[in-house]
Amino acid sequence: MNWDTIFSVSIEAAIGTNAVIYTLAAIGINVQFGYTGLLNFGQAAFMAVGAYGLAVGVATWGLNFWLSICIGIASAVALAIILGIPTLRLRADYLAIVTIAAAEIFRITVRTSNYRDVTGGTDGLQQFSGAFFDINPYGKGQYGVGPVSFDDRTMWVLTVGWILVALCCLVVYLLMRSPWGRVLKAIREDEDAVRSLGKNVFAYKMQSLIMGGVIGCLGGFIFALSTGSVTPDSYAPEVTFFAYTIVILGGAARVLGPVVGAVIFWLFIQFSDQILRQAISAGYIPNSVMDTTQVGAVRFILVGLGLMALIIFRPQGIFGDKREIALDAR
Amino acid sequence: MHAEETVSAADAALSGDREAAARAALATVDPVPGAAKPDPILVADRVMRRFGGLTAVDVEHVEVQRGSITALIGPNGAGKTTLFNLLTGFDDANEGHWTFNGDRITGLPPYRLARRGMVRTFQLTKALAKLSVIENMRLGAQAQRGERFLAALIASIWQPQESEITERADQLLERFKLDRMRDEFAGELSGGQRKLLEMARALMVGPELVMLDEPMAGVNPALTQSLLRHVKSLRDDGMTVLFVEHDMDMVCDISDWVIVMAQGAIVAEGPPEKVMVNETVIDAYLGSHHDTPLSEAEEEEQLAEAEAELREEIIEAEQERA
Repeated sequence: MNWDTIFSVSIEAAIGTNAVIYTLAAIGINVQFGYTGLLNFGQAAFMAVGAYGLAVGVATWGLNFWLSICIGIASAVALAIILGIPTLRLRADYLAIVTIAAAEIFRITVRTSNYRDVTGGTDGLQQFSGAFFDINPYGKGQYGVGPVSFDDRTMWVLTVGWILVALCCLVVYLLMRSPWGRVLKAIREDEDAVRSLGKNVFAYKMQSLIMGGVIGCLGGFIFALSTGSVTPDSYAPEVTFFAYTIVILGGAARVLGPVVGAVIFWLFIQFSDQILRQAISAGYIPNSVMDTTQVGAVRFILVGLGLMALIIFRPQGIFGDKREIALDAR
Repeated sequence: MHAEETVSAADAALSGDREAAARAALATVDPVPGAAKPDPILVADRVMRRFGGLTAVDVEHVEVQRGSITALIGPNGAGKTTLFNLLTGFDDANEGHWTFNGDRITGLPPYRLARRGMVRTFQLTKALAKLSVIENMRLGAQAQRGERFLAALIASIWQPQESEITERADQLLERFKLDRMRDEFAGELSGGQRKLLEMARALMVGPELVMLDEPMAGVNPALTQSLLRHVKSLRDDGMTVLFVEHDMDMVCDISDWVIVMAQGAIVAEGPPEKVMVNETVIDAYLGSHHDTPLSEAEEEEQLAEAEAELREEIIEAEQERA
């Protein structure tokens, strides 16, 4: 067993691009679900419209990179409005149904061959990130501390990504201590009470949905830029569910919950992956029990077990307040 | 009693005795269903709400006198809460229109009505459990600068107003004896304290008309007295109170005027002493044959009905506790 590799690979995952992407997706869900109580099960769609807005803008229409970023953000806002208008007046579960359906509709639509000219079908789109890496301040090479290192392109994506995470956390912090955030939290508790106190609940829910969606779309940008391509199937429903796992792991309605949740989530996934692989290749786990092709599935079984343990022993998540959970039991 | 009635409404208002003023103003009103009031704050006409084949509310005309405590009573299922929901925009009427302060408010969403000064509470208390008591209170304040998305980001824009709101909230908490619980989660309050919090929070809106849906339901007798005093103090502060209740004794104690509903319609109106002895009201509560001998079959039927009602109340009480 090569423990150096196990640890360096795990730490790279914990602060790497996946952690950034999922932190942003989870911050968005935290605004919607954690603070406002909106069950948006279509966060993958918000990430996807962001990524596709950028990719289609540059690669298909030949527009300026920054203009295409704006198209991505505008698409996320538009998606939130389209989903919100019919559903936000209804009970919370309708939003869940509509958003998960919308996410799948979007994914399946962009992968059909009918729109191949625009979206690239199942192959997706490439070559839209040039302008982003043109302004990369890192020279060619590897950067890092000890065995943990990233190449110059990844470093640039990570720098921008973690700055975006910090900005989003700051905005969430400022908003949630304000009267605006108080209205959101009150809506989560009982929206009729909030209505009776003279607040336009629909408008606040819409603002929350848009804000969470736009933050998710930033995650989509980072996803697209880090891989240099967008493909429809990387925005499957499990992306949303991973993000929910992260929110619950970190503690819902806590500013830093999604950040810590994402870091631990990816650390755990990569760590268990490495341990299993090395144990198999070293012969500690015989091939009759499992082989390396099954590692991918088994590590998610472990994630599931970890989640169960979390819900049993620390239902409020890492940062959550135990008193709040106790209130639910009353 | 007699001396009170001879005092004119204006004199009483000047002397600050709002109870006498309200009583005097209503003394001239004919105690019949749909009676016109000298200075109505809320007027509703031909309000109809059907649920499938059932007509839950069918009110021809009703007025609520400004500055009075008006009780809306009736047996279970009379349509009191449904009428409340219609008037406050929480439910849509099939027919009818109503005005508040002379302005037509039919079909306006609840939040607009609250902004106009018409605030309601709920039968099943809606304390916002995971917000602290003081945050619950602050939420009630209107026209908050910090409730706009961009302004919320910059604390210096809303901080001064927030301090004013907090000061007002603290005063109200003291008045409702909730100041000790200020920083606790509202979910940790007892049932009675939640009722008090809901009432205090409604006052943060700065309402003209406070509509209380069964403020005494599920509250222990000791706290009931304190709640009654608080309801009276709302009128004494110049607000109009309309409240739903089905316990007649409680109603007599505090209300200036009583409106009785049965099977969706208003069957009687009048000052509490008169309504208590009104034949129609007694019939509505006890059934029209309560003073004639029953056949055995009728007796059984009424017994079953009474038991069903009792069961319903127990279930209600359990829901309240949950």
